[in-house]
Amino acid sequence: MHLTGLRTAALATVAIVCVSQSALAQKKYDTGASDTEIKIGNIMPYSGPASAYGVIGKTEQAYFDKINAEGGINGRKIKFISYDDGYSPPKAVEQARKLVESDEVLVVFNPLGTPSNSAIQKYLNGKKVPQLFVATGATKWNDPKDFPWTMGWQPSYQSEARIYAKYLMKEKPDARIGVLYQNDDFGKDYLKGLKDGLGAKASMITAEESYETTEPSIDGHIVKLKSTGVDVFISITTPKFAAQAIKKLAEIDWHPLHIVSNVSASVGGVIKPAGFENSQGILSAAYAKDGADPQWDNDPGMKKFLDFLARNYPEGNRLDGSVVYGYGVAQTLVKVLQMCGDDLTRANVMKQAASLKDFEPDTLLPGIKINTSATDFAPIEQLQMMRFKGEKWDLFGDIISGELSN
Amino acid sequence: MSAAEEVVTEGQAVEAVPKRAMTLGTGTSLTVLVLLLVIPLLVKNFIIFQMTMLLIYGVAVLALNILTGGSGQFSLGQSAFYAVGAYTSAILMEHAGVNYALTLPIAGLICFAFGFAFGQPALRLSGVYLALATFALATAMPQLLKLGYFEHWTGGVQGLVVTKPDAPFGLPMSQDMWLYYFTLVVTVAIYVGSINLLRSRSGRAFMSIRDNEIAASSMGVNVSLYKTLAFGVSAGITGVAGGLGAIAVQFVAPDSYTITLAISLFLGMVVGGVGWLPGSFVGSAFIIFVPNIAESISKGLSGAVFGVLLFLVIFLIPHGARQIAIVGQQLAGRLRR
Repeated sequence: MHLTGLRTAALATVAIVCVSQSALAQKKYDTGASDTEIKIGNIMPYSGPASAYGVIGKTEQAYFDKINAEGGINGRKIKFISYDDGYSPPKAVEQARKLVESDEVLVVFNPLGTPSNSAIQKYLNGKKVPQLFVATGATKWNDPKDFPWTMGWQPSYQSEARIYAKYLMKEKPDARIGVLYQNDDFGKDYLKGLKDGLGAKASMITAEESYETTEPSIDGHIVKLKSTGVDVFISITTPKFAAQAIKKLAEIDWHPLHIVSNVSASVGGVIKPAGFENSQGILSAAYAKDGADPQWDNDPGMKKFLDFLARNYPEGNRLDGSVVYGYGVAQTLVKVLQMCGDDLTRANVMKQAASLKDFEPDTLLPGIKINTSATDFAPIEQLQMMRFKGEKWDLFGDIISGELSN
Repeated sequence: MSAAEEVVTEGQAVEAVPKRAMTLGTGTSLTVLVLLLVIPLLVKNFIIFQMTMLLIYGVAVLALNILTGGSGQFSLGQSAFYAVGAYTSAILMEHAGVNYALTLPIAGLICFAFGFAFGQPALRLSGVYLALATFALATAMPQLLKLGYFEHWTGGVQGLVVTKPDAPFGLPMSQDMWLYYFTLVVTVAIYVGSINLLRSRSGRAFMSIRDNEIAASSMGVNVSLYKTLAFGVSAGITGVAGGLGAIAVQFVAPDSYTITLAISLFLGMVVGGVGWLPGSFVGSAFIIFVPNIAESISKGLSGAVFGVLLFLVIFLIPHGARQIAIVGQQLAGRLRR
């Protein structure tokens, strides 16, 4: 009995030594990863003017909790550390440094906002820490040559605007376009995409109006645009203002061809508050499924999403586009970490993130796929046009790529 | 009712602080300085960065303290001066290739001129009206920075990225540590300068205006000159802080300098104790660290938790850190006996 015990112990020791040696040969870790844990950092505006987006961080946390409950990624649990920057760039720098130097995370994932990301980009690239899948649609994140540690996720504002330009040149070549845009990085980037997309025909834009997010109402701008006699109204607005615009158009009985930017295409957040009767015929483009749209109720991907909401994240609102967004981007990160296998170095995370092939997160429209390469750091580049009819969006036309090279 | 009568009937906005009570004793000051010199050698770069920000915001709060605690004028527009300083430094460094250390006095001078000019119309206003006028300045600033006309220099909505300076003469220290000591030197210089200013003739003029404008003018103090001067000095110091902030954060954008920053600085002054200069740094620590503490208590309700903490501080120690310092002094005095 005694002998057998010893023998088993000896065998076990040999076995453990062998296993750990072979493991040592294969496994590679950078700061923030170990046999049991992967530390992921994140920065979100939980407070301040953009606090509505804080939901994204909470959704991601819930999604990682679900992954951990299912056994983690190759046996490793995700530890998600998310800090508040109040949408203030200096605070974002402080929080990014805290994540990298104090919490020692493997990657900084999905920090939100163009100003905040601009502020931390140089620091993270200098430290060679991945700034992965940033939550902003600015075009500048796709720059692997100068910033090999930064990657976007959603389609860029410019590529979306190009799609509208393409559509207008084809369907309404004699249009006179009036643009209402938000006077910040989002609005300006978008306007640039629109002008670039129209190219030589940029003179089709006959009126431009900008507004500040601090303005209580944009009614004055809309009346002014109507008076210029334009017949296409492009609304480069965030949800609150997009809804105001739709209402005002109905109020003054003005019916131009109305295009709403994707950020404000949410049925629950914009269209419903503005009134379905006021929204008929509005055009937009989408890359993700709308949680409020009944046409996806039997879609297998969306079923998984709704199941996740029911089981892991009951406080999440399916009508909120940010929840759909957070789910999709968290799923993409999990996919990348799975592809990394046991080589959890920062360099390998970036390498795998740049090797996604035809990956389809559950919440993206059918046919829209994530593709990246060493020279292409723009994961989602396709969108589909849609028209509002009844109480939902009708997708029409092909999936269009807004790639900037086109 | 004439302006003079108005001043008389108005309650005193800022409690009179005798000038000796505005500073710390020599022994205490030196101890704090030694601590500030030694701590960075023992901690991580991230903490050094936070300490740098503490000093920078401390200088900005100090500037407000000179204005409010010294001359009795309110300002909710400090973020505008901070922004001008930050942009001046950033533009000079990135577009004109000026050395970072040289950009600070330039930022200070430009902000001094800006503050002095703003002080002229502000002369006609006092109390809450002045606070509102400066508030307007703070709300206007981010939009002005976005104007297409200046975009070539300011980078518009995208902001400007600033290069962080390396330690000179091949000193074996990290960028963060060098910047910390550089900031410390500037801070100490400004602190000592401010104390001397308040102890000087001009400082006495500021305080006499704060305590009673009519008495001051009848004693021969040029009230309008000294009021605008206080604005200028305060804006100039804030501008230097803004320049340092731009270098430390390595980025300037309109969204960095919203009214929230102005309110934070105001908050820092009240928490540190109005008119007590060392309190500026306590107040600065409050506005940097307490939001982090609030966040660690509850993510969704960080704003509410911060509010509760702030309320507790104001309720328990209405005179801020100065009150604690006075109690501490009295205790020490009693022990000595």
